[in-house]
Amino acid sequence: MPLDQKRGLQNFTDKPSTMVVSRLFRDPMGLVGLLIVISFVMVAIFADFLAPYDPSKIDILNKLQGPSAEHLFGTDQLGRDTLSRLIFGTQIALMVAGVSIGLAVLIGSILGVIAGYGPNWLDFVIMLLFDMVRSYPVIMFALAVVVLFGPSLYTIMAIIVATSFPTYGRLMRTQTQSLRQAEYILSARALGIGAPRILLKHVLPNAIGPILIIASMDVPFVIALEAGLSFLGLGVRPPTPSWGSILNDGYTYIRNSKWILISAGIPLILVTIGFTFLGEQLRDIFDPKIDRGSR
Amino acid sequence: MVFYAIKRIVLAILIIASAVSTMFVMIHAVPGDPANVMLGPRATPEIKEALRARLHLDQPLTTQLFYFFKGLISGNFGFDLRSNRPVLDIVLEQLPHTLILVSSALIVSTFGIPVGCYAAIHRNGRFDRIVGAISVSIIAMPAIVVGLYMLLFFSVELRLFPVIGAGDSQDWLNYLWHLTLPVVTIGIAWIGYLSRLVRASMIEVLNQNHVRMARAFGLPEVRVISRYALRIAVLPTITMMGVSVAFILSSTVITEIIFARPGLGSLLYESVLSRNYPLVMGTVLVSTIFIVSGTTIADLINAALDPRALQETD
Repeated sequence: MPLDQKRGLQNFTDKPSTMVVSRLFRDPMGLVGLLIVISFVMVAIFADFLAPYDPSKIDILNKLQGPSAEHLFGTDQLGRDTLSRLIFGTQIALMVAGVSIGLAVLIGSILGVIAGYGPNWLDFVIMLLFDMVRSYPVIMFALAVVVLFGPSLYTIMAIIVATSFPTYGRLMRTQTQSLRQAEYILSARALGIGAPRILLKHVLPNAIGPILIIASMDVPFVIALEAGLSFLGLGVRPPTPSWGSILNDGYTYIRNSKWILISAGIPLILVTIGFTFLGEQLRDIFDPKIDRGSR
Repeated sequence: MVFYAIKRIVLAILIIASAVSTMFVMIHAVPGDPANVMLGPRATPEIKEALRARLHLDQPLTTQLFYFFKGLISGNFGFDLRSNRPVLDIVLEQLPHTLILVSSALIVSTFGIPVGCYAAIHRNGRFDRIVGAISVSIIAMPAIVVGLYMLLFFSVELRLFPVIGAGDSQDWLNYLWHLTLPVVTIGIAWIGYLSRLVRASMIEVLNQNHVRMARAFGLPEVRVISRYALRIAVLPTITMMGVSVAFILSSTVITEIIFARPGLGSLLYESVLSRNYPLVMGTVLVSTIFIVSGTTIADLINAALDPRALQETD
């Protein structure tokens, strides 16, 4: 075998995971995204060590201060350190995003697989459900639900799961439908392998990639939704620091100190850029065709 | 085509009906008596009982739902618990403010078309890369951050724009002045989105035969692009706008609240805080109709322009 042909073969047998990582590092946009995401995860994990102050320690003498050496991002109307509150808010934001998107992916995938693989009438019913959920404006739905069930972290997560699972469901359905006629699936069926096993072992692993990309691009929307609800006073309850409630403090005291508002916006902007860049880059690597469409 | 249109419209009505029923059941399944809200704590049980009978609250849920739909068909959306005015009147009073906001944002977003067009022509150039990175990050930027930052810098710090309200609707210049920041808050993400969309479809169109043909005939490049390429490349954005109504409405709610503008979003927020159920239902219903008709119209336009869409099952 000639040498260059051999080298080509070697490239071909490279593990896909190393290929993804190396391509991710080659593009500055993907790298920036990845670094931002990793640092936010780190901040959330090590919040206790990183926060310079106790996020709920009140120091009324130093209220509404601008940035200084003691308080890098200034203090709020009760003299609490804004930076520490934002650091602990990262935990809430990432937890809400992680748990709810995870559940939405799970529920959406199961329904999507059933719709794509099952009988036609079931497909119709599930698609109707997806369309129905999609026709609610998310925030309006959220407002109504929060008032009915009371504001809490669980309500927010339930709302996010309920409004975002159709996105994953639709994607999974399309994937399943296209795989359904693939030769290896047909041969598995011919061998008498049951539907659950085919779906779990053969369809799911092939369909999960695009779903994860969409999930990554969904994170900013979910975090913004949590921030929006907390901003309206319908999300996480006050003593717990959340980016949204800090934004609300900044909005309320906008004429006394601009620093609360400015610093509370920064993590939201960074997280948005991080996850979006990462998602875009992953999409370019895996499959340029899929589009998250609109919500 | 006619069959497809009928199918889509029936589906739209079905979606609206089931969405509203879900909402209705959710509101009524939760403890908390609208009669209490309406009459206050000092009302006697007899008065409450009479009110419940009038609003059919003493009937089982399915009967209530029946009365609700019966009312809808005759244009009766129920009555506001506070002022006892028809819900439909209140919602229609607020609707123009939201409609003006949404449509102005859509007009602003068309700035994305020339940007995307230019980026596609000079693909992989410096402009394309910079604009690409900016639009990608701006598309996902939450309206809440954009709105609050603009409020802080342009209204509070620089005092260029008013802080709250919709302005005087008689004086259009004043109204426009109040409209600017909210419109930019909603529209800015769409400038980014449209520029990406136009760029992608423009690149595709520029490689097509009829464009190459026009070039081979020696037509000036400006004419090739404006007459033969851009016209086709803009089509997907039209259908995209219809589908995006739901998304735009979501950012409208937050924007209206931040800038204290009247509109559907503020109305919903207030009625939700005061547990004014009929008003909540009315607002949600009107916005659902809004969204579903947007999607349906977009689908129909798409089908009329591109017959291939008819073959898709969903």
